[in-house]
Amino acid sequence: MSSYFKILRPGINSTFQDLGRFQLQHLGVAPSGCMDKFLFSISNKLVGNNSSEGALEFAYQGPLLELVGESALVAVSGRINFNITKKNGDLIKGKPNESFLIQDGDKIDILSTIDSAYGYLSVAGGFKLKEVNGSISTLVRARIGPKDGDKLKIGEKIFLNDISSSGVKNKIKLHFEKNNTIRVIKGLQFNYFSNKSREDFFSKEYKVTRLTDRMGMRLEGEKLENIVSTNIKSEGIIKGSVQIPGDGQPIILLSDHPTIGGYPKIANIITADYDKLVQKTPGSKIKFKMVDLTIAESAFRQYVRKF
Amino acid sequence: MLKKISNIGDCGISCDFGDEVSKKTNREVIKLFNFIMDSIKSKKLKGILNSTPSYNKLIINFDLAKVKSKELIEFIKSNDYSKTILSEKNKNVEIPICYDEEFALDIKRLENKTKLSFKEIVEKHLKTNFFVYMIGFVPGHPFMGDLGKELEIDRLETPRVKLPKGSVGVVEKFCNIYSFESPGGWNIIGKTPFDLFDINKKDPSKLLPGDTVKFKSISKKEFLTFKNE
Repeated sequence: MSSYFKILRPGINSTFQDLGRFQLQHLGVAPSGCMDKFLFSISNKLVGNNSSEGALEFAYQGPLLELVGESALVAVSGRINFNITKKNGDLIKGKPNESFLIQDGDKIDILSTIDSAYGYLSVAGGFKLKEVNGSISTLVRARIGPKDGDKLKIGEKIFLNDISSSGVKNKIKLHFEKNNTIRVIKGLQFNYFSNKSREDFFSKEYKVTRLTDRMGMRLEGEKLENIVSTNIKSEGIIKGSVQIPGDGQPIILLSDHPTIGGYPKIANIITADYDKLVQKTPGSKIKFKMVDLTIAESAFRQYVRKF
Repeated sequence: MLKKISNIGDCGISCDFGDEVSKKTNREVIKLFNFIMDSIKSKKLKGILNSTPSYNKLIINFDLAKVKSKELIEFIKSNDYSKTILSEKNKNVEIPICYDEEFALDIKRLENKTKLSFKEIVEKHLKTNFFVYMIGFVPGHPFMGDLGKELEIDRLETPRVKLPKGSVGVVEKFCNIYSFESPGGWNIIGKTPFDLFDINKKDPSKLLPGDTVKFKSISKKEFLTFKNE
């Protein structure tokens, strides 16, 4: 019989994710997919998986899982505080961004993310999950994905793919940027905002609020004044769009974004800074910096070199 | 006519067909959408993640590792897709609807606002040949038009927190179908037992942008015994 993880505690918002489910947005299905692409790929790399293999994404407090069956090579990526409890009761402090072997009866307890929002758990060979329209990404709002499109639940068994050998241990030294500058390109409705608000947007700090999840990040700061119209004809949404509803406070649309929307967009986050953005926790402050497409594209080339 | 192509961030473009919300404008959007989908299928275009039509725009999201906005814009500009015929890609769909007062939650409001009897409203609704402008909000949820002027009424002042799946609503010249239970502010005229969306199917949505829809009135008994294939 295949090995599995028994879920003893699901954590706050643990879902299976891969790179996303595409070619369905015109039917109302958001792409979903991992929030932090870099950490997602690192956790796969550490256990020798293909970089697009599905992983378990967790936010803030992660799950407590017990392995039942054959030993498995596992990795936890991110800035994570976690423990491994051996079957005999020994407690080992977990090391993130480094793969490790666990045996039948061992437990992994992901206590919390540190100064960050998301982390990933990968297992060599991957989780045995049913793809839905080509992806194992979970879109909880629409109940789309494996395990009925829901978050991880207590008591669930998550089976692992059978593999002949569990692979070799590996570690990667990661450097986490501390700076709070997020680069953006001007949005489609940039000129809907007053001159003062355009300046404020790039000079004032904006605070990440608690109303932040996989769908969007609500910010709080200097109110942005719309001088044209606070509603536009609904149009397709791309992740990283910074929309400004009638109250003048920005909402950045993230991986589970609505497919269409009718608020004006002042800016779009560049791809190279998206991972950094989604890791900002409530209370942290960010500052937007305007760049052009050439800079964004060259930043992207640098970003992919990290993988 | 395609008026303007703009970049959205570093991994998207907006193809803008002007400010008008009309079938004529939307047909042009959908021609480009069909052309992009065909080009993906025939592998003439790589790296496209999603292509989302709305009333007057097509928003394309791409993988920056595979294609750049400049290449994509050049590809669109160098191809003539305007002569493609929508009916070759799109279909007519008949959707059963039950106008029973149990389902038509806003009969009174509709009658008051339009000064028509519900029977007259239903007749006009059934006569309308609807065009699917776009799909979104929740999976499979169509925005269709156009209703005649005499049926145009505003959104509810207070949206409902929960509407049953299958509810058919009208606002202004548009008609929608709530493909899932969800909140909503449209005036509810009836309900369909017809499932619009199933993610486990290869083609999850019964409707595509550009399709046409006609409603067919069914009794409450037919509603209750209706079987989705």
